[in-house]
Amino acid sequence: MATEQAYVAATRFGYGPRPGDLVMIASDPKGWLRDQVENTDLPTELRNLGPSAPLLAETQRQQQGAPQAYVKYLKGEARDVLGREVGRRTMAAIRSGTPFRERLVHFWSNHFTISVKRPQIIAAAGAFEREAIRPNIFGTFADLLVAVTQHPVMLMYLDNQFSFGPNSPAGRQRDFGLNDNLAREILELHTLGVDGGYTQDDVIGLAKLLTGWGVARPQDRSSGTPGAFVFRAVGHEPGTKTLLTKTYRQNGVRSGEEALRDVARHPATARFVATKLATHFVADEPSAASISRLEKVFKDTGGDLRALTLALIDIPETWDAPLSKFKTPNDLIISSLRALNVNELADQRIIGALGLLNQFPFTAPSPAGWSDKTADWMTPEALMTRIEWLRALGNVSPVPNPVDWAESIVGPVLSDETRTTVAQAQSRTEAVALVFSSPEFQRK
Amino acid sequence: MLTRRQTLQHLTVATALMASPAGIRMAFGAVPTDKRLVVVLLRGGMDGLAAIAPYGETSYRRTRGELALPRPGEPGGLVDLDGQFGLHPALASLEPLYRSGDLAVAHAVGIPYRNRSHFDAQNVLENGTHLPHSTVDGWLNRAIGAMAPGDVPVGLAVGANVPLIMRGDARYTTYAPQVLPDVGTDFITRLERMYRQDPILTKTLADAVQAQAMKDDVLGQPRKGSRRDQGGAQAYFRESFGAAGKLLADRNGPRVAVLDTDGWDTHAFQGTTGGPLATQFENLATGLTQLRKGLGAAWQESVVAVLSEFGRTVAINGTKGTDHGTGSVALILGGAIKGGQMATTWPGLDPRHLFEGRDLAPATDIRALLKGILRDHMAVPEGDIEDRVFPDSRYVAGLPGLIRT
Repeated sequence: MATEQAYVAATRFGYGPRPGDLVMIASDPKGWLRDQVENTDLPTELRNLGPSAPLLAETQRQQQGAPQAYVKYLKGEARDVLGREVGRRTMAAIRSGTPFRERLVHFWSNHFTISVKRPQIIAAAGAFEREAIRPNIFGTFADLLVAVTQHPVMLMYLDNQFSFGPNSPAGRQRDFGLNDNLAREILELHTLGVDGGYTQDDVIGLAKLLTGWGVARPQDRSSGTPGAFVFRAVGHEPGTKTLLTKTYRQNGVRSGEEALRDVARHPATARFVATKLATHFVADEPSAASISRLEKVFKDTGGDLRALTLALIDIPETWDAPLSKFKTPNDLIISSLRALNVNELADQRIIGALGLLNQFPFTAPSPAGWSDKTADWMTPEALMTRIEWLRALGNVSPVPNPVDWAESIVGPVLSDETRTTVAQAQSRTEAVALVFSSPEFQRK
Repeated sequence: MLTRRQTLQHLTVATALMASPAGIRMAFGAVPTDKRLVVVLLRGGMDGLAAIAPYGETSYRRTRGELALPRPGEPGGLVDLDGQFGLHPALASLEPLYRSGDLAVAHAVGIPYRNRSHFDAQNVLENGTHLPHSTVDGWLNRAIGAMAPGDVPVGLAVGANVPLIMRGDARYTTYAPQVLPDVGTDFITRLERMYRQDPILTKTLADAVQAQAMKDDVLGQPRKGSRRDQGGAQAYFRESFGAAGKLLADRNGPRVAVLDTDGWDTHAFQGTTGGPLATQFENLATGLTQLRKGLGAAWQESVVAVLSEFGRTVAINGTKGTDHGTGSVALILGGAIKGGQMATTWPGLDPRHLFEGRDLAPATDIRALLKGILRDHMAVPEGDIEDRVFPDSRYVAGLPGLIRT
């Protein structure tokens, strides 16, 4: 017998049940989630996708060639790679037997947003998530932060690849200098939060610590693998740097890593990350108690994300109030296709849906990423588009017995009103569309 | 480094992948005023010194360096406004409006927020207070509440999401693109029954349904399959601004609209007469032209305020861009505007006069402009402006003389 707890585990923590899941989870919902907090193996869907370095190197080569050929490459080859990445990533979540893990990957990927609005990273956006995010979601927050910040895609997205210390040999010769964009967003959006107590001097300090962190170009083979991270000592600002009252004397790549690790363990970071996790998983306005629990675990373990994730599972508020959050478009698309037991779908179809409902991965409007809150998604226009898309989906994929099927997908929270409306539908396809459009399915 | 054409193409690639097509949903009813007010948000911190360059200022060329624009008369040069300030050449199509008195420029304006976070600054610009997280509603919504108590949706939010500035108790409607077939009234009736227990869904669906009813009347049948990606960013500006104008022009349509644009954060390679920022200016100028066309005769009753959360540093940064700065520029357009003027207190670009030694100092509070417009154009009572719309702002007096009498 499926239970409300099983529904929460499947829908709030995961991406919604596939038929049969709720019964399977019901005996031990928390155990089902805990079992997913272990390895970070690549889902099979993602195994044939290429690493970022050759993709970035190819983009750089194209960029140095004729402008028209570069544009053709971006609109052709690079865009095809992105489409395949997005299609496979979404299909991995649709088919996943460990959907909580997929949701966590997406959560951290959104926390460390990159966007293909910066065209140089179109081809490597998916690889960034596979390489920097996925392997680190159960490690320490410090490891995750370093991996993300050192990834060429992030360095390019936030302009660090050409940030040179004004007093470095390169800075004195060339007309490039310091760019504090990456440093600012790390402090504001990735770690301390805007109220985390840092100053403009700290932004500059971190920017200086990260000078010389760049991406090797095809023509400078001697300095590293083209398209991969490279530390350019000649661009690194010499001398001591200060960040949050601590002085870093050593020069080189290590001091930047050390600074990131320090800021990753800062109490303000614990607070900021705890709040963000609780807002995503618990409620739009999570209770102070929920945030404090996570904050304490973060502090006690030095930012151990495995411990933090296990603590998240044990927050009572999450289980006490099912249906208190609305699904984002990404949630809605994945959960509806899971509910229909879809196992294969052309990338193009998935891409179309994500674009139509306005949450195409790797296109968040700013480095802050997508919002988790109802008010940012539940507008008249957006609701009508959802309903129209779901109505069309119902037409495409009928199920044999809509009422039984509805029980297997939203049974534990199904209201009498919805049950009656679905039972009275004029057609099976309409019944499916009504279940998808129901308050129970729109919420989580 | 990108050429201008490459940048244009990149915008197209990115927006194509986000494919969001066109359609309209709005509700109708008897609206209480003939006046129109449009707020255009330029998200990302628009470089006011590039939009309206103080080329007559002695420090301009020295402090702006490579990003200084050519003088009026030079190839690709600024379009002179008053002998001191010039329009960016990509905004040249706005010059006739300045000459005809339909465009006023407010330079060195700012919100009461002095840090450099986009998101907090946008919150302050939109919530109408001096704190980023002080309200969950926007000043524009509260202004609508003050001018039109009742249940008529006077507000219109253009875009996929409703920005904070329009959120709140006063009803509003939304406009965004559409490609899928309508689901039909019978299906909607079933939904309404299912949604009875859920207030948010009930209200959102009701607004959507009312909106649907209006769309054919105002815009005609939506072009099925029309997609934003056919023309990229410029098409988006043209389409959404044009549609907003038409909807506002309608006798029973909304009266107050907000248009949301992003892409103004120019940290690297922002360019001068060409480049990403010039492209953005071109798009904006196109959008404003379409908005005016859409408004038609209602242009005479309209004020359009183009605002950004802050400006950019005066000096160029290490990657030929600019970083988050403080003072920016606001463009005030419309037939109701007493234009042809620089509504500006100019603090100057001399390094001694810069805010924190790096930004154009904000000499005029943006709320002074907005308070003047709400009072003199939209006839919002002063008591409401002070108590509800911009609370805790009595020290900022509404600017007089912005509106034609």
